[in-house]
Amino acid sequence: MNFVTALKITDLSFSYGSKKALDQVGFSIDQGQCTILLGPNGAGKTTLFALITRLYDSRSGTIELCGFDIKKQTRQALAKLGVVFQQTTLDLDLTVLQNLRYHCALHGMSRKLANSRIREELERLNMFERRFERIRQLNGGHRRRVEIARALLHRPAILLLDEPTVGLDVPSRKAIVEHVHQLALQNDMAVLWASHLIDEIYPSDHLIILHQGSIRAKGKVDEVLAATHSESIDAAFHKLTRGAPE
Amino acid sequence: MNVILHYWRAMWGVISRELWRFFRQRERFVAALVRPLIWLFVFAAGFRAALGIAITPPYETYILYEVYITPGLIGMIQLFNGMQSSLSMVYDREMGSMRILLVSPLPRWFLLISKLLAGTAVSILQVYVFLLIAWFYEIRPPWEGYLWVLPALILSGMMLGALGLLLSSFIKQLENFAGVMNFVIFPMFFTSTALYPLWKIQESSELLYTLAQYNPFSQAVELIRFALYGQFNQFAFLYTAAAFLLFMLAAIIGYNPAKGMMKRKGGA
Repeated sequence: MNFVTALKITDLSFSYGSKKALDQVGFSIDQGQCTILLGPNGAGKTTLFALITRLYDSRSGTIELCGFDIKKQTRQALAKLGVVFQQTTLDLDLTVLQNLRYHCALHGMSRKLANSRIREELERLNMFERRFERIRQLNGGHRRRVEIARALLHRPAILLLDEPTVGLDVPSRKAIVEHVHQLALQNDMAVLWASHLIDEIYPSDHLIILHQGSIRAKGKVDEVLAATHSESIDAAFHKLTRGAPE
Repeated sequence: MNVILHYWRAMWGVISRELWRFFRQRERFVAALVRPLIWLFVFAAGFRAALGIAITPPYETYILYEVYITPGLIGMIQLFNGMQSSLSMVYDREMGSMRILLVSPLPRWFLLISKLLAGTAVSILQVYVFLLIAWFYEIRPPWEGYLWVLPALILSGMMLGALGLLLSSFIKQLENFAGVMNFVIFPMFFTSTALYPLWKIQESSELLYTLAQYNPFSQAVELIRFALYGQFNQFAFLYTAAAFLLFMLAAIIGYNPAKGMMKRKGGA
């Protein structure tokens, strides 16, 4: 089956007690498309990611990954998903190789397949030589690369990244932004990248601007600029999120 | 891909991760052994004179207090290990590595059982090292006891691990873990048959006797005690198995995003 729409979200709402975190959120991402989810702190980006990965559950709205409903066909849906969380999720006391093998085991890969995929992904990120190093010995940029490599080991159709460049220096950030854009193009992968850094956006990207739990704008970069009568993404973002905390 | 093969690889992956972590953390291994050994060498030696143990099953002769307390100390190793696993689950959740487990394409109950098995495997390693040291201290159950005790250790380890898992679904922060020590580990250990036989407890307090009798930790210790001497304690087995199922079910609900922990965090 060929899936064009990799991620489809319809009328999704979520509350923390009486505080609404997401309100009627809906959008879709096609394969090969890189979508930047832009929003100030507290906009609801991390909540949205927790719902897509089924760490949280919502009673209203639907989330489909490659046609699989995350609530009804959880396993099939999660098999299509690669995730890089905002906070590092690597085991600091284990080596790069042990962390990656653990992930491969969770996805049911044989040792042989795991080894070849690990080699391929680490080489792509120039990390293969460091495979025996413990995560604790790596700097922030290298840890992020390992997490990206790990998210790709099971060949997901959708890659979610929740502010993966937070705390990194400029060259590391640039390298990761470039790498992920290449992945979307070369592997025909759908990418949803949550960020609040405007310089991470490429002109060819799609944009979703989230503010106070609802979508304020969505579409290609030039469509959002036209709709907001803005000259730059920065200006559009400020217009749409006026009053948001810096 | 073969589904059973996928499940097997995932389970083995979770267990090997726990073993890698365990061998990396040598201090944890030493601490896990020092605690029961101090009880055995210091506490039990001191109590030897004060406490006489009558002939009670599974023992067929008069025994030293050190011999009596050994299954209780095995239980102690597993109890602390179960709580340690739950502590590491809270840590994993705070640090984020728990997410990788929970977003993998397998049912959550299976992932939690794998996690439990992994913790139990670590505790069994600790127990056998403890039994080896105890052997040199002249505590020598029959040879077949070392074999019979294995299934008992698996069940007791799973039951205590499931209790830890259940607690970890409630505990939101690492700081709250100290409470577990005071309100779970110590009461469970002291109101059990780990240190004194039931009839001895009954002599001093009926209430304590009732508590000890229905304490699942007591039953786990008795299951281990009987198995170590090649006997099967059916009541202890059924009680421990029932406690395991109860704790496990509650833990699965606790980790269900629709019903448990996540729900308490808030849900639309």
